[in-house]
Amino acid sequence: MNRNVLSRRVLVGVATAVALALAGCGGGDEDTPGGGDSSEAAKLSGAVRVDGSSTVAPLSEAAASIYKEEQAGVNVTVGTSGTGGGFEKFCKGETDISDASRPIKDTEKAACEAAGVKYVELIVANDALSVVVSKDNNWADCLTVAELKKIWEPGSKVKNWSEVRSGFPNEPLKLFGAGSDSGTFDYFTAEINGEEGATRADYTASENDNVTVQGVAGSKGGMGYFGFTYYEENADKLKLLKVDGGGGCVEPSVATAQDGTYKPLARPLFIYVSDKAIAQPQVKDFVNFYIENIDEIVTEAKFVPLTAEQKTTLASEFKTLAG
Amino acid sequence: MTATTAERPTVGEHGRALTQRKRRVGDVVFKLALQACLLIGFAFLIWLLAYVLYRGWGRLDSRLWTNMPTSRTSRIDESGVQSAITGTLWVIAFTALFCLPTGILAAIYMEEYADTNKWYNRLLELNIQNLAGVPSIIFGILGLGIIARAFGLGFTVLTAAIVLALLVLPVVIISTREAIRAVPQSIRQASYALGATKWQTVSRQVLPAAVPGIATGAILSLSRAIGEAAPLIVLGAVTFITFNPEGLNSSYTVLPIQIYNSLNRPQAEFQEIAAAAIVLLLGIVIVMNSIAIVIRNRFEKRW
Amino acid sequence: MTSPTSTKVPAAGSNFLRRGRRHPIEGVVQVLLALAAIVSIATTVGIVVALVGPTVEFFREVSIVEFFTGTRWTPTISPRSYGVLPLVVSTLITTLIAIAIAIPLGLGAATYLAEYATARTRRALKPILEILAGIPTVVYGFFALFALNPILQRWWPGDGGPAFQNLLIAGIVMGIMIVPTVASVSEDAMSAVPRSLREGAYALASSPMQVATRVVVPAAISGIVASFVLGISRALGETMIVTIAGGLTSDRIQANPTEGAATMTAFIANIASGDIPVDSLDYRSVFAVGALLFVFTFILNAISIRMVRKFREVYE
Repeated sequence: MNRNVLSRRVLVGVATAVALALAGCGGGDEDTPGGGDSSEAAKLSGAVRVDGSSTVAPLSEAAASIYKEEQAGVNVTVGTSGTGGGFEKFCKGETDISDASRPIKDTEKAACEAAGVKYVELIVANDALSVVVSKDNNWADCLTVAELKKIWEPGSKVKNWSEVRSGFPNEPLKLFGAGSDSGTFDYFTAEINGEEGATRADYTASENDNVTVQGVAGSKGGMGYFGFTYYEENADKLKLLKVDGGGGCVEPSVATAQDGTYKPLARPLFIYVSDKAIAQPQVKDFVNFYIENIDEIVTEAKFVPLTAEQKTTLASEFKTLAG
Repeated sequence: MTATTAERPTVGEHGRALTQRKRRVGDVVFKLALQACLLIGFAFLIWLLAYVLYRGWGRLDSRLWTNMPTSRTSRIDESGVQSAITGTLWVIAFTALFCLPTGILAAIYMEEYADTNKWYNRLLELNIQNLAGVPSIIFGILGLGIIARAFGLGFTVLTAAIVLALLVLPVVIISTREAIRAVPQSIRQASYALGATKWQTVSRQVLPAAVPGIATGAILSLSRAIGEAAPLIVLGAVTFITFNPEGLNSSYTVLPIQIYNSLNRPQAEFQEIAAAAIVLLLGIVIVMNSIAIVIRNRFEKRW
Repeated sequence: MTSPTSTKVPAAGSNFLRRGRRHPIEGVVQVLLALAAIVSIATTVGIVVALVGPTVEFFREVSIVEFFTGTRWTPTISPRSYGVLPLVVSTLITTLIAIAIAIPLGLGAATYLAEYATARTRRALKPILEILAGIPTVVYGFFALFALNPILQRWWPGDGGPAFQNLLIAGIVMGIMIVPTVASVSEDAMSAVPRSLREGAYALASSPMQVATRVVVPAAISGIVASFVLGISRALGETMIVTIAGGLTSDRIQANPTEGAATMTAFIANIASGDIPVDSLDYRSVFAVGALLFVFTFILNAISIRMVRKFREVYE
């Protein structure tokens, strides 16, 4: 019967296509084998496993992307299990490098010690945690830390801009921010509210900062916070607030994040590298590459670069582990 | 000759009387309501597809599958999702390999061989229904704690395939059971009467008759598996990887995770890539479904 | 009467059939099948094992009374509080909205496909419906947030309107996602109803509507209810849609679907993929909620299995 023959042919055709796709793609990227035989640097192979904060991940991903052009045989993978999840895997030896948007906690340090994992903490970029409001907000330009705390502290009943400062109009306040388990949240609450994890509970929280962007952009009385690069990409929809940390109103920017005048919301971003990981040549090479090319990497990932002083510290810190 | 009066139609006019009977309003409304149900579903699908196509149109080209992802914002236009595509294909192929035979065999056991009066069989039934409702992320936790760590399989394609297979196994079992149940007993009895053994009856009569329902179950379950991000995130599917899986023990990523990751990046072009990747993923789902549909249509029977 | 050595047609009552050509394969097959079924048991055992330890640890520090009666769930925000009711209420609300959409639409679509559509139409339409099931839940989530919600907000009668993230859009989109599950399995069940029943009903001058509602659906009720239960289970356990579109607040019981609130699964997803140090009370709260969810689905399924068994009709 024609129909059966046709359907059988279709079946075979599709199955072949899928098989070809699998075969073609599976073997297609066979990279150059390990061992040195080129005139330049020796060709390495192996894996480098990076995991941790989703804030810092774009940095490590950029590093991996650039590194691949140098050493195509090394398979660098970057995961985003979160700063805490990353440390858990790091201390178990399941990853080589841990991205972190906050320093390692004591409990995590203990876990690493118990597992015999020695590591070094490297600051690889700066970030200016930015507070933003909607483009339609024409009354607020600068807020003091005290005012921010009044808005965001646990149990806060501030529901309207007029309650924030006299002179502000009667506009309902709509709050957006990071979810309670992100490093960004930890940092903001620690700096503004004085205690990590202390915040009012009735704001729109999201893991995805783009959602926060949309939320703030879409409501006149909206306010939110996230990393500087999210503001930069959406500068046409949002208005950046200056923050007065005791020394006058300071606008977040590359410069103020680097020299530390953007208080208190300028924060460092870290990677942690373990001694066991360095023992593998490809990991050591990758980290060296990361450090030597940190400027290019930070630019590609659109983060705030390190100061010269920070760079020197970076190199010397790594030496203490790598020798 | 019509018979719209209360007069009893004669036998010869019976047929015509039926066709000319006034269609009750209720019937028409009912049919329209049913059609509306179908149409609402389709309308939603079309809306969603249109939305995704619109958002991803600019990036819906061969770069998606020829290029690996790159995180360099200066080179976004070179970014593709090849590693995610191959990762998805690898993981789904093995998920199907693990869950389909197991699920079908388990369903056969429960329908044909198990004595439902025994407590352990009833427990089994309850167990499977229960598993069908367990949130996917709990399977992720199970996978992380036991399969990846305790069994030592690590964060690899194999672990992902096992976890996803366990996730959709209940769906396969339940729909296969329904398909087997729908095969009339007369078929089985005729087979026994001809001297066939139980297994011969099952394998040569019941199963082929149940293929359409089994195909449906397979479609639904693999479609679900292919779109799952939550358990794999917990399981450590990396979000950034620039090589294709090199074997069952390889690190991997899948399209839903790439999509989720891209949607988290601020640059607008990443959003476009995400939308284009969604269209691609739907394309893969459609191809998979089509294969199963061909099988289903070929074996379809109405009793 | 056949000679003992002949293997042709055996006489009735002869020993031939009773000795039975019991292939060894029959035994092997039974073992294989039982093993396959045991995989599911192993899965449950695995889940229980993975959940029990941390849950017990959790309840050492948090009183069960507080857990079940408290109305503030803030394990990661100071001041910490561990009353699970807000999560439960949100879960129930989204599930109810989802099945209020999925069951009528799914059953209606299934009835149409099984009773009214021609074979060719059915073959064309059913697969299209099944594509809805293949859309990644992440996509549904973002679609609900960025495409559906703005429309709802614009057309909302009167003041107010849904919040940026809310349970309503999460529920609606979940419902649509579940429609193919309900429709496909119901439709398979209805198609399997023997033609003879339908033809009998038509012969008695029933309309298609009467045939569908009074003959086919009752006959297929086992499969239909199975599809409902599958759908409800899926709604209870859905994670990404509610995380993205439903919201993450859980500081009070939020019964208003136009507001956002975290469901049990959204909470788990949020923490399990986040930054919290793993061996802490906050993280263990994930397991406690997971265990609660597990128990919920267990009870739901025990009830539905009872119901299905009561209604199931067997033909021939």
